[in-house]
This record gives sequence, C-alpha cells and structure tokens, in this order.
Amino acid sequence: MQKIILAKTGNEAMALAMKQVNPDVVAAYPITPATEIVQIFSQYVADGEVKTEFVAVESEHSAMSACIGSAAAGARTMTGTSSQGLALMYEMIYIAAGLRLPIVMADVNRALSAPINIHCDHSDTMGCRDAGWIHIFSENAQEAYDSMIQAVRIAEHQDVRLPVMVTTDGFIISHGMERIDTLPDADVQSFIGKYDPMMHLLDVKKPFTVGAINLTDYYFEHRRAMVDAQNNALKVIKEVGQEFGKKFDTNYGLIEKYQLDDAEVAIVALGSTCGTSKVVIDKLRQQGVKAGLLKVRVFRPFPTEEIARALENIRTVAVLDRSDSVGGFGGPVFTEIRSALYGSAKKPQISGVVYGLGGREIDMEQIEGLFMDLKAGKVKADAVSYLGVRE
Amino acid sequence: MSELKKYKELALGGNIEKGGTAVDFKTGDWRSSRPIYHPENCIQCLFCWVYCPDSAVILKDGKVTGFNLDHCKGCGICAHECPGKKKVKAITMEEEVK
Repeated sequence: MQKIILAKTGNEAMALAMKQVNPDVVAAYPITPATEIVQIFSQYVADGEVKTEFVAVESEHSAMSACIGSAAAGARTMTGTSSQGLALMYEMIYIAAGLRLPIVMADVNRALSAPINIHCDHSDTMGCRDAGWIHIFSENAQEAYDSMIQAVRIAEHQDVRLPVMVTTDGFIISHGMERIDTLPDADVQSFIGKYDPMMHLLDVKKPFTVGAINLTDYYFEHRRAMVDAQNNALKVIKEVGQEFGKKFDTNYGLIEKYQLDDAEVAIVALGSTCGTSKVVIDKLRQQGVKAGLLKVRVFRPFPTEEIARALENIRTVAVLDRSDSVGGFGGPVFTEIRSALYGSAKKPQISGVVYGLGGREIDMEQIEGLFMDLKAGKVKADAVSYLGVRE
Repeated sequence: MSELKKYKELALGGNIEKGGTAVDFKTGDWRSSRPIYHPENCIQCLFCWVYCPDSAVILKDGKVTGFNLDHCKGCGICAHECPGKKKVKAITMEEEVK
C-alpha cells in the first residue's frame, strides 16, 4: 500500500481530506483559525481539482442551512468552521442532526467570546454536545486527516445517519506543521464508496416531506430514535476504524489507552494534550512512575462502558477538561466520566482539572507536576481544580 | 394514543414519505373571522380564488361555490380583492362567534 508523506498543517490536512472525498457540495464561511480549510478547498474548486459545488454564503447560519438543504437533496455535503461560527450555526446544528442528514464538518476548536479570543479550548463544540452530532477529537494533523475520511463512512452508515464533526485544537494542530501519511485519491474514494442518500428530494419519483412539525405526539419518538443511532455509532465507528487500519495500517477506536493497563495514576484528555502527555508518561515510566493516559477520541457517542472498564482498576485519575461548564460540577468530560464510573464495583479516586482555556499553554512540566501530585495524593478527589490559572 | 406509532416504526428524521400532505393538516380552527359568500353579488371573476393564500376557495365547474373552512385562516384577502357587482361585495368577513 502506497502512502504519500507530506508536511501539512492540521488545516491543510483537513482540506486535503475534503479534496480527496470530493463532496458534491461545500457551503462555508471563513473564521479564524479554521479559515484555511475552506480557503484551500475553494482553491481546489477554482482549479477544477474537485467537482464540488462551492456555496460562498454570508454567515455560518447560512452555511449550515445550505448544507442541510444540500444534504436533504441527496448531495454528499461538507463544511468547516470554528468557535463563534459554530455558535452562529447552533440553531441549524440541531436541525441537521434531527433531520438525520450525514453532513461532515471540520471544526477547529476555539474559545467562545467574551472576552474575545481566537485560541484553543473546547468550549465551542462542547456547546453542541447534546445536539445529536457525532463528535470526534484529533490528537494531531494525522488523526484529523484520517478521521475526516472515516467520518464520511460513519455519517452515511444506514444504522447511523447522523452528522459528524471532526475537530482539531486551534493553532496547536490547525497551524502546526507535521509530517503526515496521506493516501492516494483512489484509495480514499474506494474507502468511502459511492454515496447512497436513501431518500433525497431530487428523486422526483418519490416525493416526501422534510422538516414537518412534530408536537407532543411525535417529537419525543424522533429524539428517541437518535439515541439508537448514537448507540449504533459506537459499533460503526469501531468497524470503520478497524477497516481503516486494515487497509492503511492505523487502527482507530473510540478511546486509546497509553500505558494505562498497569497504571497507578492516570489522566484523561482529549485532543493535542494527549500527545504532550504521552511524552511525559514515557519520561515518568523511565523513572519508575506508573503513569498512564486515557485518550477520548470520540466524545459523542460517549463510550461509557469502555471508559469505565479502562479506568476502574486505576488508583487515581485526573480528568482534564479544556472547557468548563461554568456553575456546574466540573467540565463536561469529568462529569461524564465520573457518571460512567458510578456503577463500577471498583473505581478510582477521581478529580476534575480544567485547563487551557482561551489557549492558555499546557506544557510538559505542568502535566508532570499533575502526575506527581496525583501520585502523592495531593489532588483532592471528587473535586474540581483549575490548572494554569493565576489564582 | 393507541394508534400512534412507536419510535422504531417512524421514517428517518421525521420525514413524511409522501408529498401533498398539507391538505390533511386542518389549519382553519384558529380563524378569528370567516368569509361569507353572497352569490347574488358574484361576477365569477375568480379574483378570490387567485389571491387566496390557502387555496380555500372552492370552485365547481369553474365557478366559485364557497369556502373550505378547514383550511381558510380568515385573512380576508378574498373579501378585500372582491370587486363585487355594482360595488356591492360578494364576499364579506364576519367575526367567528361561538
């Protein structure tokens, strides 16, 4: 199997994946730090390298609206955005999922205003966690590229039929250049296959109604059906990730365990912080510290059972959240993981750590310090602390 | 409630798997005034039929015969547009009284 090694930023990698997917329609509006994704893609359109209809809209609300119309018409549809752009899409985000339209979106995670900020945290996509979208985080540009390709298969799977967002950490991944393995166009095309829209509005022989009103009689049933689709996605994401591994050598699952099975102290993280943590863990392991990492790749559907199984034998766990549910008991990852562990017979001492808001740097020394504090029992269990803030 | 479908029996995403279903949705029950037809003043110009936003003017053999009150929302456009005969309207609006 031939791979093409390239130097790409996260944004370039995601744009390349979109080019190789060659969707029927892309509707998008630029926003820092995701601008390059659709900017590069629009160049592919202008150069005739894709057959995509590119819709340059006047806002992100319109971008997602156009994507919904396009997907309902039966077109393979993609878009990209970040932060305030995603926030402006919010109304349409729920509609895309509720109408069960397999749109694939690249989102570069960025803090939400105010204060205005352009750097990484996960507040933007976490704000959409209940919308019904599948939500895949990337540790690096390679994963962003690979996940964008897999996302098409996941979204379009007949047991799923939900939109998928694939995210990278703003600037850290989106603008950091890496060596990545890319696939020949033909391999991407054969992996994603031909799109079968099942029902689509351009099929004039089978007219149907999209977006009809559901009041007290049927709304609940349609939302309940989405729960099944999310549960089905747990299996489909793993199948697609394994098939990807079989064909292209890198397996993907819902979570990744790094030195976790025999770990005494562990952290849970999403996105680029996992890469930093792995370097710290390698160092600590050499010093005899049994440190480990649980990387959550897929946040929706939330892999509750896998996470509980992976963590139940660890002594002490800190869950890192790069977003906060202000006024809640910790960030969204902490809340879900603590809840996932509630039914386990054995469970770790667990604490929540909110870090990196608005792009605040998280470095190896801080992660090492966190591990040492966990080891020394200095991190209060069942409590939430803030790492890297001036208190 | 027994005739309502369970969630696994429903079409994906709330789709209704045929077209033209708006006719089954009775929108006339929140009307606050209704059109009254006075055939003696009607010149059969069909302006009311053309202008009605809800296709609620009933024609028979190309002639106005009355209104479909299941779908008429009582907007009064028909009465407004009606030229009548010798300036006497063939459609007037009357307040709905229960």
